[in-house]
Amino acid sequence: MPVVTQVDTHCPYCALQCGMRLSPTTRQGGGPVRVAARDFPANQGGLCQKGWTSASLLDTQGRLTTPLLRRRRGAPLSPVSWDEALDFVADRLRELRADHGDDAVAVFGSGGLSNEKAYLLGKFARVALGTSQIDYNGRFCMSSAAAAATRAFGIDRGLPFPVTDLADAEAVLLVGANVAETMPPFVRHLGRAARAGGLIVIDPRRSATAELASLHLQPAPGTDVALALGMLHIALAEGHIDRDYLAARVTGFDEAWHAAARWWPQRAMRVTGVPVADMRSAVRLLAAADGAYVLTGRGTEQHADGVNAVSAWINLSLALGLPGTMGSGFGCLTGQGNGQGGREHGQKADQLPGYRRITDPAARAHVAGVWGVEPDSLPGPGRSAYELLDALGTDGGPRGLVVFGSNPVMSAPNTGHVADRLGALDLLVVADFVASETAALADVVFPVAQWAEEDGTTTNLDGRVLLRRKAIPAPDGVRGDLDVLNALAVRLGQPASRFPTSQEAAFAELGMASAGGPADYSGISHARLRAGEALHWPVPDAAHPGTPRLFLDAFAHPDGKARMAAVDHNGPAEEPDARYPLWATTGRVLQHYQTGAQTRRVPELAAAVPEAFVEVHPDTAARANVSDGDLAVVASRRGEVRARVRCTPSMRRDTVFVPIHFPDAQRANLITNPALDPVSRMPEFKTCAARLAPWPDLPEGR
Amino acid sequence: MNTHVVIVGYGMAGARLAEEIRARDPDAAAVRITIIGAERHLAYNRVLLPHIVEGELSRADAALHGAGWARENRVELLLGTTVRAVDRAGNRVLLDDGRTVGYDRLVLATGSTPWLPPIEGLRDGAALAEGVAVLHDLDDCPRIAAVAERGEPVAVLGGGVLGLESASALAERGTQVTVVHRSDRLMDRQLDGPAGAVLADALTDAGVGVLLGCQVRRYRPGTGLELANGTVVPARLVVVATGVRPAVSLAAAAGIAVEHGVVVDDLLRTDDPAVHAIGDCAQHDGVSSGLVGPAWEQASVLADLLTGADPAARYRGSAPVTALKARGIDLVALGETHTEPSDPVAEVLRLADPARRRYVKLVVRNERVTGAIMIGFPAGAATVAQLYGTPNAAPAEPLDLLAGATAPASGPVLHRQASSVICRCNTVTKGELVTAWQAGARSVDALREATRAGSGCGGCRDTVCALADALARAEPAAAAATADWAEIEGVAA
Repeated sequence: MPVVTQVDTHCPYCALQCGMRLSPTTRQGGGPVRVAARDFPANQGGLCQKGWTSASLLDTQGRLTTPLLRRRRGAPLSPVSWDEALDFVADRLRELRADHGDDAVAVFGSGGLSNEKAYLLGKFARVALGTSQIDYNGRFCMSSAAAAATRAFGIDRGLPFPVTDLADAEAVLLVGANVAETMPPFVRHLGRAARAGGLIVIDPRRSATAELASLHLQPAPGTDVALALGMLHIALAEGHIDRDYLAARVTGFDEAWHAAARWWPQRAMRVTGVPVADMRSAVRLLAAADGAYVLTGRGTEQHADGVNAVSAWINLSLALGLPGTMGSGFGCLTGQGNGQGGREHGQKADQLPGYRRITDPAARAHVAGVWGVEPDSLPGPGRSAYELLDALGTDGGPRGLVVFGSNPVMSAPNTGHVADRLGALDLLVVADFVASETAALADVVFPVAQWAEEDGTTTNLDGRVLLRRKAIPAPDGVRGDLDVLNALAVRLGQPASRFPTSQEAAFAELGMASAGGPADYSGISHARLRAGEALHWPVPDAAHPGTPRLFLDAFAHPDGKARMAAVDHNGPAEEPDARYPLWATTGRVLQHYQTGAQTRRVPELAAAVPEAFVEVHPDTAARANVSDGDLAVVASRRGEVRARVRCTPSMRRDTVFVPIHFPDAQRANLITNPALDPVSRMPEFKTCAARLAPWPDLPEGR
Repeated sequence: MNTHVVIVGYGMAGARLAEEIRARDPDAAAVRITIIGAERHLAYNRVLLPHIVEGELSRADAALHGAGWARENRVELLLGTTVRAVDRAGNRVLLDDGRTVGYDRLVLATGSTPWLPPIEGLRDGAALAEGVAVLHDLDDCPRIAAVAERGEPVAVLGGGVLGLESASALAERGTQVTVVHRSDRLMDRQLDGPAGAVLADALTDAGVGVLLGCQVRRYRPGTGLELANGTVVPARLVVVATGVRPAVSLAAAAGIAVEHGVVVDDLLRTDDPAVHAIGDCAQHDGVSSGLVGPAWEQASVLADLLTGADPAARYRGSAPVTALKARGIDLVALGETHTEPSDPVAEVLRLADPARRRYVKLVVRNERVTGAIMIGFPAGAATVAQLYGTPNAAPAEPLDLLAGATAPASGPVLHRQASSVICRCNTVTKGELVTAWQAGARSVDALREATRAGSGCGGCRDTVCALADALARAEPAAAAATADWAEIEGVAA
């Protein structure tokens, strides 16, 4: 597989989208191209181990290169031709719709898909299938941050400023964001804050990021809202509130304060376990800094009150006058590679392209016009991700599911139940480039191209639209996702022209569909990106230079003001008891990405962290009769996960941590709580009541 | 038909109950609410009164509700109105203006009233004498603040939590303030002797005068408090903070069972099942805590019951934590604080460090923290406060609580094990760096090129640099070296 030429592109993994250069290699192993770091603003020439080794997935042993079909339940997946697989799927989809209605077929997308794919997947669901039942794994990732940012600012763009702005700040507060593991080169932007003693990390664990911080606040899991309210209380009591800014730029402060007034710091201490002195120091550092940012991550967002948690941090930021101020701000750190673009272009149950609401008649009319269909033919909002998975194969729920670029049997909460639901389907179709755990359950698997094998755009964590470039052809037998969507749509009676297979044409159509919406891409083209332009959305026309910084003049609500939401602390959705006395929380390690379907196949990464572990305080381990290196069980009211004990003295005694990347009995999501946030429908991945116990099947003498 | 709940009292308990009910019943489908409040203000946060005296917060900052709260939440709010009597036979209350309000359920949230010791000069008939104040209501704040504003001396009578918070607030304003306490120990309900002594020293450091074991003979208006030993503590104003008593007169007059407070069961019912009581006025299982935490827990349980949201809800008592809100003093006390090391069953740990104004007492029974005092240990105080009342055990080594969660220092890089990861971003160990160095990578950049160390976040650059320097210094031995670099460091040194 010869490399066509040397190509400048971006990493296939997280939302930092590090710049990298792919070039021909003669080296044995490590993949068909050589990866080098590139001096790009987001990564400043750095790459983590995932990025350096990313090329080895291109020719990994487990690469899928032929469609697979399971002719009946219980039969093995067998190789078949593309036509046979496509015909089979189209026939079954048609039957299901005819027998049970349009919503009998559901679609599950991904924040890992390019903008072009995410856009056409949403269009495929709404137009070719006519189903309202489409959602994506970004619901498990960014939905709480997105809902809170939209509520406060009128627009959700993860970082409404270039990530490089952080480098000039004297204080940065990271809330539930372990960037040193999840996007290591990001740390390069925190240098000034770290040197100035202004890097503050809030995390129940002493994470790798907390190790870098001058101040680490270590609250009990699920108590972030109380902590934020206590800090807002201190900000007012100590006179750090920016009254002029509030008067000019914010509404709702009085109501927000009424909630925070009840959270005097000693009360917040009781609930969170964070010393009052530390809350005070954190507020003072932010208030006194020459440039200060508050940034949230999944740690504070993946809760049944995740929207309120983000709102509480936004309130603190607004009270200090940070958002929309040059050199300061609030942002959330997007997780997946295209977690930003993926949430803008219509694979979310309640959205149409351009970050439009599917319930908005004007939005429906605009998008229907671009698609050449009647507005009334577009379905309304459907179920959110977990609700969708929970309904599969039930009365009134979908009976067929088409999955693109996602691995929900690993990534959904309470995943033992989700596996049962997937098993109850009449038809499960998965498009992926490796045999993920979900693909292994499928009736049909489509082998699709991966990042270096086709062009495609992503939108990174600061809203900059990037072009990933094709470096090598896909292996024989593999097709692009757009080809698959087109082939299915045509078989379902759609005109071929409605589902373009050219990335550039798909992007141009996306631009038209997004025109006039909050996330307006209509002025962006592959040509402008190829020319190296740095374009942050919105870019409303072809001459527009892009919008690196939002909100400097006004927020995106009609009155131009940001809105504080009056939020109170509710606490986790379930309480510990004598049987489940601990908190279990989940997260990532540096060497693995999401469900690990990709990174577990990279030898260096798998060797570095080969299996699930449970981080636990030595006291807590001793009480559970387990020792460092033992296999243990972490059990919740829903299930149990197997993990190797890592005694970690910096852990809270009431908390254990399990990473999310490992399959089968090691799936952390076997224990997580599917309680959903009432607004974002985000599950409570980060807090559940749990128990630690020895693994029962210890072989003799181990 | 929804239930008409009439709440007597619009303080922290009554207001909270209305909020908790509306959180469960936003459309008033189950419960109609009428609140009768004696003060003219919208509900405010009594806990913050010392901060208003200090000037840290404005009166408006203490508001719990905005002007539109009652309307937006479908609450009938009668302010500046006192309930004269409860007509239990007629299921109605009689108001001071002659009106009556019928109820299905009556909730007494009448709070508490300050108790004044029988000392000459404090009273003028039924009212407080000139130059005497309490800190109980919002309207008390400006009076106290005005005296402080004029730079005149103030005495605080009573060394409990409220007295000390008030004194600390006044000292912060620069007021000459003296706490006059009857017992020889501050916060004697919560603290043992050594803790009281440490606290007294800490307050003295903060500019608060502390007089213990004082019998007060009388207050001489405009002059000060005259003590039994003849000393006069100068005070243009005396703030009396000698405790509160549950406000039970309404209940008692209605024939409802009253002991210290209005007696309630686990459903927060009085002996009349249509009448409930919560907050400072209530007495549950013999306890009237006078604290806001238990009052709010009671409000939550009662809202569950009144709305039917959780008919099985019960109030089983609280595990309150006392945290002193005094600037520069970090004090937490909880549970059984008076248990002594001589106790035959409990493990009692005590550590006094009076020179640094620090004190710790920890009482552990059956591996659970059942009592604690922490002065001057903010991290330990936070940990133990959050642990208290949970199912989790005390630390196996109780002294760990005093240290806070600090990671062990990692020491010079050359002393680390070969398997120690130096570059996290690329999982590069010290051993791999040493191997690369031996193979000729003699600079940070060369090591990066060879191993990728430092090519992620860049955070290990200094460590890699230190390792390269140390290896260079150890050069003569390096040629022979294999693994044990600690030894080589010894040779080189």
